[in-house]
Amino acid sequence: MTTLIAILLDGAIYASWLFLVAAGLTIIYGVMRVLNMAHGSFYAIGAYAAAATVGWFFSGEHGNPYLSYLLLVGCALLAGVILGVVIEQGLLRFLMGRDEILMVIVTYALLLILEDATKLIWGVDPYFAYQPYRLLGISDIGDILRFANYDLALIAVAVFIGLAAWFVLNRTNKGRLLRAVIHDREIAIAMGVNVNAMFAATFVIGAVLGALAGALTAPAISVTPGIGVEVIVLAFAVVVVGGLGSIGGAAAGAVLVGLSRSFAVHIAPEIELFVIYGVMFLVLAFRPQGLFGQTLARRI
Amino acid sequence: MKSIPHFPSQTFRLAASAAAITLITGMSASAVAADNGKYRIGIVTFLSGAAAGPFGVPASNAAKLTIDTLNSGKMLAPYTKIGINGLEIETVLLDEAGGATKQAEEFRNLVQRQKVDAVIGYISSGDCLAIAPAAEELGVPTLFFDCGTSKVFETVKNPKYLFRTGLDAVVDNVAAARYVAETRPNIKTVASIQQNYAWGQDSWADFSLSLKQLLPNVSVVSEQWPKLLQGQYGAEISALSVSRPDIIHSSFWGGDMEALMLQGGARGLFDKSVAVLTAGETGVETFKSNVPNGTVIGGRGPYGAFAPKNALNDWFRPAFTAEFKADPTYPAYKMVQAILALKAAAEKTAKPGVMPTSDQVVKGLAGLSFEAPSGTVKMARTNGHQAVQDVSFGEYRFDPKTGKGSVANVKTYAADCVMPPDGSTPADWIKAGFPGAKCK
Amino acid sequence: MSFPKHLASSTGSAVAIAALVFAAGTWVLPPWLAFLLTLAFAKGLVVLGVVIQMRAGLVSFGQALFYCIGGYIVGLASQSLGISDAFALLALATGAGILMALACGWLLTRYREIFFAMLTLALSMILYGALVKSSALGSTDGFNVAAPSFLGWTPQGDAQKQALYLLSVAVAAAVAIGIHRFMVSSLGRVIEAVRENELRVEYLGLSPRAVLFSNYVVAAGISALGGGLTALASGHIDPDMAVWTTSGEFVFIAILGGTGHVFAPFIGAIVFSVIRTFAIQEAPHFWQMTLGVVLLALILFLPKGLWSLIARDKPAEVAT
Repeated sequence: MTTLIAILLDGAIYASWLFLVAAGLTIIYGVMRVLNMAHGSFYAIGAYAAAATVGWFFSGEHGNPYLSYLLLVGCALLAGVILGVVIEQGLLRFLMGRDEILMVIVTYALLLILEDATKLIWGVDPYFAYQPYRLLGISDIGDILRFANYDLALIAVAVFIGLAAWFVLNRTNKGRLLRAVIHDREIAIAMGVNVNAMFAATFVIGAVLGALAGALTAPAISVTPGIGVEVIVLAFAVVVVGGLGSIGGAAAGAVLVGLSRSFAVHIAPEIELFVIYGVMFLVLAFRPQGLFGQTLARRI
Repeated sequence: MKSIPHFPSQTFRLAASAAAITLITGMSASAVAADNGKYRIGIVTFLSGAAAGPFGVPASNAAKLTIDTLNSGKMLAPYTKIGINGLEIETVLLDEAGGATKQAEEFRNLVQRQKVDAVIGYISSGDCLAIAPAAEELGVPTLFFDCGTSKVFETVKNPKYLFRTGLDAVVDNVAAARYVAETRPNIKTVASIQQNYAWGQDSWADFSLSLKQLLPNVSVVSEQWPKLLQGQYGAEISALSVSRPDIIHSSFWGGDMEALMLQGGARGLFDKSVAVLTAGETGVETFKSNVPNGTVIGGRGPYGAFAPKNALNDWFRPAFTAEFKADPTYPAYKMVQAILALKAAAEKTAKPGVMPTSDQVVKGLAGLSFEAPSGTVKMARTNGHQAVQDVSFGEYRFDPKTGKGSVANVKTYAADCVMPPDGSTPADWIKAGFPGAKCK
Repeated sequence: MSFPKHLASSTGSAVAIAALVFAAGTWVLPPWLAFLLTLAFAKGLVVLGVVIQMRAGLVSFGQALFYCIGGYIVGLASQSLGISDAFALLALATGAGILMALACGWLLTRYREIFFAMLTLALSMILYGALVKSSALGSTDGFNVAAPSFLGWTPQGDAQKQALYLLSVAVAAAVAIGIHRFMVSSLGRVIEAVRENELRVEYLGLSPRAVLFSNYVVAAGISALGGGLTALASGHIDPDMAVWTTSGEFVFIAILGGTGHVFAPFIGAIVFSVIRTFAIQEAPHFWQMTLGVVLLALILFLPKGLWSLIARDKPAEVAT
């Protein structure tokens, strides 16, 4: 029983984290058809910005410790907006409409550049921002299991972001326009939608989500070089399992991968290494478009 | 399809471009350093990626400090001679990131293009295995300063140019088991969490075998194998909590280890279970109050927080802290040790002031005994190519007043107690009950 | 990206000339450069495997699967079966790659675009996971591969490296000619038609899946050959050969070199290796950034790859 509760809670926490990491990636792909390898760098830079700022905040008397949560989110916003605007306006704008694979390679080059840029700014020493993680205390579940409330709060954050994205896409005018672009870019242009502005906004939102995922993870980890590269392929897997470009798909993919991994860790830790790719392989073998992907009409 | 005009020059262009590439690469590369009378050392260590922070950069910082000090002639006795054998040292620094095939390529570039006189480096065991035969083939003195695999001298049976100036990982885990058995003889259960790669697998195999010999009644209640650099250990921590172990052995290093301790600490995992961290020493400075007192940590030898008091250490520790604003961790100590080994060897066999040859260096290095900040190091195993040193384990202590961490209850194990003799594989030696081990 | 037939013979002779030029380099080139080129030719073979799939509109983010299989088959055959002959080892590696492709191809050729890319990636990562779990094969440390013999001749020292260099030049040249023939054959041309419009190929009475399948198998064979050659040359194999960043590098080089000609992957591989080794040497702390900037610049200013420098004044229609 304890194990079952642990599996479900661990799965839910991990799934929320996966969703946070994958959401920005899937939005950018859905609208712009750019599979953004640099998403990992957004994550890393968000984490560094947050850890450095929160570390400074707690190094002296800088006010109510609960303000640190605002700092986390603020850093993510700032880092995401700067990165998003600079990269979209400075580079991607000139490359839109190029081959999808070429764009993967362009963002891969970006990843290489940002990886060293991160090192240039923050060095290689680890950064810690553990205070926000501890501040919320722990919850006892049964007599031996304890969970950090911060992790449980992460579930709420992920649900909130998922709902917000759904609301914006389905209940606002801008969101409807965005869906029109996702559905058929050419018709949307013909109908007078300013696609370039849509792209710019989407990329910034995606970058902010990536940075936010990093910033919210920072308190639980030691922020070191290389953390960005590790999340890319994970985010890819989640997004592909769910169906590329679909927020609902990313959520479903995250839950599926999160729960499978949690099961593996508790029941058969030996196979943990394979779980994510195994799930991805099985889902694609039976549903080539992913769980929520649309089947495209064949070209004639 | 449109008709295409024929280009008779196509063949020529193809061949010409092939030739041009060869020429350009050849020429651009020929701009190698001339023989300038300096002793060139190639230093290879992680400058990017996850291993840069905890290992690579402290090691390259230590190299810079040591080489600068040697070149200025201000090093303590017996290393007062300028540079190496009176010749100034020139450093060629390379990043170890990118995998073993790339390192094999870069090693050749280092020796054949950059014409280094010796190479010191390699943290990753895979890189060491790939470099080992190349070092022998190219005949350049090569000193592995850190990598922990016990297979280096299985790959190269009778090494001439290859040396390792630090200990391998078997020693750590045998010593960790001994430390646990001596300080906590009443434990009943042990759990494991390792990064799922060679280092983690070997570490757990050596530790669990050793513990079985020393405390036969202990049972293994959980083995967790998260991916290297996973960073998130929520599910693993739950699984470990549920299994209620007395001790948790982990060979985690760097950021992964710190993340595990942060997350596990916040969730009370270590309230009932003591963690045994074989590579925990790099965290002594950063753990603060997040890691409970009593956590067992090792430093892969008498390095860092475990370093003894001697004149060289009294120079090294404050000098490193002053220059790099951080205490030197074990990789830094191991790097100094390797550079001093090279210097001592060259000066033992070469005529003063003359460029030492490769053969002089390796002749001097085999079986050498030399002083380092970690104490006296003897190159005493594998025909004098593998260093022998004591290993220490201790418990973490945090002083809230000074805000600094340190180690207490330190126990030091002689090399003869925890190191398999030449010619026997670690697993067989442990299973046989450590035959020939001489412990206090 | 089509191959005018009358260029077939001139390409054949160009490959032969280039191979002779490189072969003559054996006694001129500094040893480190010969070693770099050996690995670059091996890598070029894998990239060629990526490129011929790109011609069919499929981008493999898992070509490292076959690269790794090739490497491990060479390593295992030499260690466990005691086979030391380079040619036998390479033949085994190629065969193993082809067998694996026959097993996976039926599934993979149902997929297109990003789904093909991700499924190939998943397969190679499953192999990676399996190798990491295999302590007997050294897990992530991998193991070393003994120096091979050549039809009974076992060179030592420098001759060993020279022999391997010549072998890689010869293998690369032979494969380049073979693949060029394949590309200009009727099957090779249908492959391009599949990329342009699969449905219309079906209307012609051809099976696009069968076409893609044979293309996939050929690509797998030469990629495994490249992996085997790498194992012989570097003398070491480890699971990193199968990891997704390795596949990413192959795709990167494919884009860098261009997909316009069988030569392009090799040029891409050589240029990539040279840029990387000098970036590492000149900027040890920032070589990734240097590499990224140079490669980004190449992509921006040479969108058709390095090959477009050589083939620039050809009519645009040819180079589509």
